[in-house]
Amino acid sequence: MDVLALSRLQFAVTCMFHFIFVPLTLGLSILTAFMETRYVMTDDETYLKMAKFWGKLFLINFALGVVTGITMEFQFGMNWAEYSKYVGDIFGAPLAIEATMAFFMESVFIGLWIFGWNKVSKKVHALSIWLAAIATNLSALWILLANGWMQHPTGYVLRNGRAEMTDFLAVATNPYGLLKFGHQLMSGYTVGAFFVMGVSAWHLLRKNRPDFFKRSFRIGAVFGLVSVILSAVLGDLHAVEVAKTQPTKFAAMESIWDTKKGVGLNLLLIPDPVKECNTVEQLCIPNAVSMLAFHTPDAEIKGLKEFPRELRPPVLPTFLSFRAMVGLGTFFILAALLGIFFSLRGTLETNRLFLWGMVLTIPLPYIANQLGWVVAEVGRQPWLVYGIMKTSDGVSKSLELGQVVFSLIGFTLLYGALGVIDIYLLAKYARKGPDDDLSAIIKPVRQEA
Amino acid sequence: MVFQVIWFILWGVLWSVYFMLDGFVLGEGLLHYVLGKTDGERRVLINTIGPVWDGNEVWLLTAGGATFAAFPTTYALMFSYLYTALLLLLFALIIRGVSYEFRGKVENEGWKKGWDAAIFVGNFVPALLFGVAFGNIFAGLPMDAAGYHGSLLALLNPYGLLTGVLFVLLFAVHGSLYAAVKTRGDLSARAAGVAAKLWPVLLVVAVAFLAYTKFATHLYDNYLSSPVLLIIPVLAVAALLGIRLFAARGELLGAFAASCLTILLVVATGVAGLFPNLIPSSLDPAYSLTIFNSSSSAYTLKIMTVVAFIFVPIVIAYKIWVYRVFRAPVTVEEVLGDRQAY
Repeated sequence: MDVLALSRLQFAVTCMFHFIFVPLTLGLSILTAFMETRYVMTDDETYLKMAKFWGKLFLINFALGVVTGITMEFQFGMNWAEYSKYVGDIFGAPLAIEATMAFFMESVFIGLWIFGWNKVSKKVHALSIWLAAIATNLSALWILLANGWMQHPTGYVLRNGRAEMTDFLAVATNPYGLLKFGHQLMSGYTVGAFFVMGVSAWHLLRKNRPDFFKRSFRIGAVFGLVSVILSAVLGDLHAVEVAKTQPTKFAAMESIWDTKKGVGLNLLLIPDPVKECNTVEQLCIPNAVSMLAFHTPDAEIKGLKEFPRELRPPVLPTFLSFRAMVGLGTFFILAALLGIFFSLRGTLETNRLFLWGMVLTIPLPYIANQLGWVVAEVGRQPWLVYGIMKTSDGVSKSLELGQVVFSLIGFTLLYGALGVIDIYLLAKYARKGPDDDLSAIIKPVRQEA
Repeated sequence: MVFQVIWFILWGVLWSVYFMLDGFVLGEGLLHYVLGKTDGERRVLINTIGPVWDGNEVWLLTAGGATFAAFPTTYALMFSYLYTALLLLLFALIIRGVSYEFRGKVENEGWKKGWDAAIFVGNFVPALLFGVAFGNIFAGLPMDAAGYHGSLLALLNPYGLLTGVLFVLLFAVHGSLYAAVKTRGDLSARAAGVAAKLWPVLLVVAVAFLAYTKFATHLYDNYLSSPVLLIIPVLAVAALLGIRLFAARGELLGAFAASCLTILLVVATGVAGLFPNLIPSSLDPAYSLTIFNSSSSAYTLKIMTVVAFIFVPIVIAYKIWVYRVFRAPVTVEEVLGDRQAY
């Protein structure tokens, strides 16, 4: 292993770890805001208890999302100095905008939300969680525009030995980034929805606070179904963008070796990257891949053999991750539909098998989110910025092997310990159930001192 | 040219405001054991910074992001050259962030003791390392055409360490004054006492720093060529003396305000001395990273200026409002009765 390989591994480890916490933050902040809004509108204390209970889980999760996020900003400079120098004129802007526009708003209003229960009015308090939730979404927008630029560079020119921005609007409205943002947002909401459904199911299995958790479950199920369907639709539109702008990634996602028109989708497919072909191709849906890629049945799809080997991404991880992600997404639609069905019929509690299934489903949307990023980032290889800069050219020149070994070990140990503690706390507070003592919150708003 | 200067000033402002705001969190945290004697008192301390610490830390992310956007070459080289020091800083900040959130989540003596230690380490280490880093930046890093010739140990040179101690003391005085303002009774009195005891030490170290700076850096060159700039260090010293004057009269809020100014002006003193360098080379000025040879294009700087001039005032407005919402001191009774508190 050299500095490059270790830096790549470290980026993957820290990024994927950070991304355990981000999707739940996206989903649960919106759900908590919705619940608190319902409380303000109806004065029904169950909604207040919901906002407090799910909000507490949101905060335990959020803490790790924040601290592991700092690493991401530092790492571009620490390990990828050549990259930062080469593209900083463009890539730095969305990061700085993210901090000014989103991070401040998120952190300040979450602080107000945690500590402000009896310092501001009910409405202002509910507004603060909305502002925090909107800020987390804004933050996702800017970071995905930054990533979108790496996938499909727009609004730049190569000049003065680097990439320079020529059109900010082209960077900020990059369709690649915007569709990715939509797809990611809905996938994050899906994690939040299935988290709420899963934890609720666990309590319903124990006949613990059925009213509270049936209502929570229903909110999660409706939110989840809408989110996962939108995620699929936006994901499909996003795939069109990928086919258009990143032919190598698309070919790897579908494991297509030869350029053909009207390509079908083999439900059963085993790629052989060494022989550059698929050893098994079965259960073909005619023209399906061409439809997916360009929304026309006869469209031509470029195969991997069209490109030199050194410009192709690793096929197996890209292909398998994409397949698994799509499969999981389909499963989530079914699960959410069933959840709504049982919820409406009032038979949720008696379907113990379904409830157990929902408990066990909690980790799956997390996995689907991670797989999506494997497709996005592994599929982009060998490019760091598609078509402009190779990953191998982006690494810092000044690093010594020992430094990166040390940092990788440090991150692994620290993150490992924090991950265990966080899961322990999440489980502890999820199992504890809602707190009925609202005395600390419901008391007259303190008048001006 | 104009935009590079604007961004140099903004760069200095972002770092100054960051140190002013996170400074009292760092200072209170590194005095966690000195100020908080009981679990109740420690919870009060944590709750004084609870609603604001995260928002304060974002100034660091913004300073980092602004360095990336406005001076990408400086961002890239600073972060990769200072790799291991920044890594330790990062680990400490990570530990600090979770310790506030996690400490109160389990009712167990050992658990709390563990997070108390994390709060101390997570605040002390960044306070020291920021000082060491800035001391070395003031003095210049050993870099030339071949790259960087330094190491983690080389950063711990006498001037770097002295700047580190200066930062620790600045933040300690700042944090104890904040604690004195934001608490009541014994805790407030103890915090004010700690500030009073540390202040003379800070004064001595500050004088030593100003003297050593003459020999270890070129920061004074700018002041010699444009003496009008001397107003910054003069005001910094005045603010430092102001802390003592206010504190002696029992005006803690005034002392804290003076301490805010001190930190702003100390950082400004250093940054004004650096101009137009962001990181000087200690080997050969030809290899210094300046606002001219490491900046983004004029177009990007223009865009970023518009963004900053729209959003920074909005941020400041809602931050001031939230500080006002939480302006009342925190008491033990309040913390013990409030399940939402840390």
